[in-house]
Amino acid sequence: MIPRPFEYHAPQTLPDALGLLRQFGDEAKLLAGGHSLLPMMKLRFAQPGHLIDLGGIAELKGIRQDGNSLLIGAMTTENEIIWSQLLQTKCPLLVEGARQISDPQVRYKGTIGGDIAHGDPGNDHPALMLALAASFALRGAGGERVVPADGFFIGTYETAMKPDEIMTQVRIPVPAQGAGYCYAKLKRKTGDFAAAAAAVVLHLKGGRVQEVRIALTNVGPTPLRATEAEALLRGNRPDDAIILQAARLAMSVCAPSADQRGDAEYKTAMAGEMTIRALTTARQRAA
Amino acid sequence: MSEETLQRENKLEGVGASRKRKEDARFIRGQGSYVDDIKLPGMLFGAIVRSPYAHARIKSIDKSKALKVPGVVAVLTADDLKPVNLHWMPTLGSDVQAVLADKKVWFQLQEVAFVLATDRYTAADGAEAVEVDYEELPAVVDPRKALAADAPVIREDIADKDNVGHGPRTHPNHIFTWEAGDKAGTDAVFASAAVTVREEILNPRVHPCPLETCGCVASFDKVRGQLTVYMTSQAPHLVRTVVAMLSGIPESKIRIVGGDIGGGFGNKVPVYPGYVAAIVASIVTGVPVKWIESRIDNISTTGFARDYHGIGELAADSNGRIKALRFSALADHGAFNAHVSATKLPAGLFSICTGSYDIPKAYCRVDAVYTNKAPGGVAYRCSLRVTEAVYLIERMIDVLAQKVGVDKAEIRRRNFVKPEQFPYTTALGWTLDSGNYHVALDKVLKAVDYDGLRAEQAAKRASGQLMGIGISTFTEIVGAGPTKVCDILGIGLFDSCDIRVNPTGSAIARLGTMSQGQGHATTYAQIIATELGLPSEEIQIEEGDTDKAPYGAGTWGSRSTPVGGAAAARAARKIKDKAKKIAAHLLEVGERDLEWDVDRFRVKGNPAAAKTMKEIAMAAHTSNLPDGMEKGLDATEYYDPPNMTFPFGAYVCVVDIDKYTGETKVRRFYALDDCGTRINPMIIEGQIHGGLTEAFAVAMGQAVPFDDNGNHLGNSLMDYFLPTSVETPKWETDFTVTPSPHHPIGAKGVAESPHVGGIPCFTNAVVDAFAHLGVTHMDMPHTSFRVWQHCKSLGVNKR
Repeated sequence: MIPRPFEYHAPQTLPDALGLLRQFGDEAKLLAGGHSLLPMMKLRFAQPGHLIDLGGIAELKGIRQDGNSLLIGAMTTENEIIWSQLLQTKCPLLVEGARQISDPQVRYKGTIGGDIAHGDPGNDHPALMLALAASFALRGAGGERVVPADGFFIGTYETAMKPDEIMTQVRIPVPAQGAGYCYAKLKRKTGDFAAAAAAVVLHLKGGRVQEVRIALTNVGPTPLRATEAEALLRGNRPDDAIILQAARLAMSVCAPSADQRGDAEYKTAMAGEMTIRALTTARQRAA
Repeated sequence: MSEETLQRENKLEGVGASRKRKEDARFIRGQGSYVDDIKLPGMLFGAIVRSPYAHARIKSIDKSKALKVPGVVAVLTADDLKPVNLHWMPTLGSDVQAVLADKKVWFQLQEVAFVLATDRYTAADGAEAVEVDYEELPAVVDPRKALAADAPVIREDIADKDNVGHGPRTHPNHIFTWEAGDKAGTDAVFASAAVTVREEILNPRVHPCPLETCGCVASFDKVRGQLTVYMTSQAPHLVRTVVAMLSGIPESKIRIVGGDIGGGFGNKVPVYPGYVAAIVASIVTGVPVKWIESRIDNISTTGFARDYHGIGELAADSNGRIKALRFSALADHGAFNAHVSATKLPAGLFSICTGSYDIPKAYCRVDAVYTNKAPGGVAYRCSLRVTEAVYLIERMIDVLAQKVGVDKAEIRRRNFVKPEQFPYTTALGWTLDSGNYHVALDKVLKAVDYDGLRAEQAAKRASGQLMGIGISTFTEIVGAGPTKVCDILGIGLFDSCDIRVNPTGSAIARLGTMSQGQGHATTYAQIIATELGLPSEEIQIEEGDTDKAPYGAGTWGSRSTPVGGAAAARAARKIKDKAKKIAAHLLEVGERDLEWDVDRFRVKGNPAAAKTMKEIAMAAHTSNLPDGMEKGLDATEYYDPPNMTFPFGAYVCVVDIDKYTGETKVRRFYALDDCGTRINPMIIEGQIHGGLTEAFAVAMGQAVPFDDNGNHLGNSLMDYFLPTSVETPKWETDFTVTPSPHHPIGAKGVAESPHVGGIPCFTNAVVDAFAHLGVTHMDMPHTSFRVWQHCKSLGVNKR
């Protein structure tokens, strides 16, 4: 449980961090909260020669609203999200999701940007981002680009981020007033990743589904959008029968791998069960 | 008792007081001193190179790259330990174990080489640079396949031995067969019984997983020829003897020092290869060497527990009155028989499996086998193999209740040993010292409104919901033990206490036991306080330094109070006897004219004429003593208990199961424990909370899983279930008091009861939730995944 030797860098500005990243290339890893990277280094699964700590860069932190967007600095911690009055009011799904990440100690250190950029399908923010139609600001040598969450997650530990880029900001369109939401997560114990989880945002109009987004955690190599399930629900009254049908469609996109949490059959069934529970709760919460 | 007397008694904070733990002041300030806090000048660090395979030949070990890593001092392999004959070591199970792999590896992550370096980072780099060439061999992982004719031979080193200390072997992978009871008589009862039940019941391989992993700092002083080892041991004196036997260093020149220990639960009883490697490395280099386990190493290689594949059978009449018991178990001991057990009891105290019940005929048998898994079966918060035994009987009586259609509480009442039958000798030979089982059960059933719960369950079942009510009415066996029955390496399992009273009336007591969180510094002082009439606050307790404390077998098997606590009481009584003579002398009366009054001797009929213990302590250090009496007020007691103690309890657990996810929610857990005389009720409650939490962990989530090649599948805290306060249920505790007739103050052990009694209670509750569907047994752990699979196979959770 002791990592290989490495050089530690603590840049104070984004340009300095980008410079270090350019200088060390493949040898470097960005350090955010460290709660995925450091265990991997201690197990010697990851062996970066240089660790660039983003913790000292003030501009990567903070939560604010700009027009119809919520802007969250990539180095904002889970607890800062949970404690944010703005997010509690405007985006309670993100708060509900962050509260279910790991344990209180991890939530003091873990960051939203690290959680997303790591590309681990077991992390919770990726599915939350899909459900919230978020996008990510990425800064590289060639300037900034903004990439939507849809399409960002390519494979396990693989995202659309380029090696010379740093995620600077998470941008979430403010969900419409009265939108129903829920993050339903099944886990074995505090601190665990999900056996399966479902993130739902649900807009009702006249008792019918105007818009719905459903995303699943840890039941495939990436977080998954359940697009067929969404399509089925749109325009319909979200009664128990159609929710059950939607859950079955959500299960059909799952391709989980077996581990100590359960086999593929169980995890798929749990993705369905979490979808039912998330949709049912979102329906209750929708105005 | 007068107000004044009561005040004096309360001031002592003796037996019965919920005195705050004296240890906690330093723990909550971070001022404890654990083995990894020990830093000695010039100290080197050891890192272990471990095998990636469960079974393989070692073709070669190349140290050259490791030796080139700056800061690496040496790389030790079996070949380097051979000249000092320390490449193998004897185990507590009469076998031998490789300290460093000798030509073969027998389990995954086995110790292959020991890299010494100037700091722990360099040691880890050096360990990674050691190149080992393996030739993989087929592994035996399932103990049920170990005795197949074509099974790979695991221990070629002893393949030609027809006996490894416990009777004849029938297969190269067979270790021993042990049996107890009347087989023919039992078989005869079964043949003619009105009702018989049989169930296969697994206690899976688990690990105690103490917060602090194992480790040591070995420091050999070449000039003086003295070896000091700071280590995480529950039994420092036994370790000293083992080290003397292994190293040839006179035992008088070996000092084992146990500081604060962050939990043991059995994991810190054995001597592990890492300790031996560190000791050898220090002897070779002449400088101190530290070795500290990682979490993964701890779960994977040191001190697992259980892995007992049992078969339970009961014969009964149609009313559910048990006539005979027949239990057997296939025990997976891993690659070496390093099970912690008394020499004459290779399957430990498994024969306590008749439980709290009056069973006329019984027979039990354990077959132990080798597999390609880590050795070192320890008693995880229980006495040796007692959890396994109690789990079987507490499960089987439920199975019988379902078969004969009798309520699960009622069937226990019908079979309990009755109060007037104590002391009661079981069909398997143990004499239960005291008990009052009916009263305990009835108190619990009333407290939880058992009839109301059953009515609620019936209503829930009618609407398709799963609710279970588990009962456990267990009897534990603790306090090893009578030396005629129990020894380890020939040393009887007595324990000791040495008390010295100072002139001003404070005292220091040293014992052969070793606290790992039990609160000995608090509770032993209370026993002595009550015996001597001196305030517990002024009684210091010391354990764990073998240069200071008298010899004892340590703390495990809930033996500290039954054995060490008894030694403390009896040592105190020797002092009190002398004090009485001094008091008689000072008061110029005969001893028979004196009576004891809380903290003083007074003259009968003249209470004003009295000498307090403090006054007597001072007098003991003056010239004013009876003729010929030695100065001082000291005593030492080596206590050999006449019997074990048999704490018992009655538990009820209520669970609600979410059939769609398999999640089991413990709605209520009510635990009544009877541990005889209660020394510190607050510490007892803490012990019960801890034991129940570990029982919950075992029943609901803990297991050390392997694939077919013997690879670990879950050996970090990501997978290994250590419940946090979020998962842990709320515990309700209660008690009755049935003193032990043979213990000096009537006390029994308590810390293990909730673990031993709790585990079957959880399983019984989970199974009970499915009982109306014809389910009689489900193996642990009851994870959501497994319970969901069960629901699915029964077809009860279709959406």
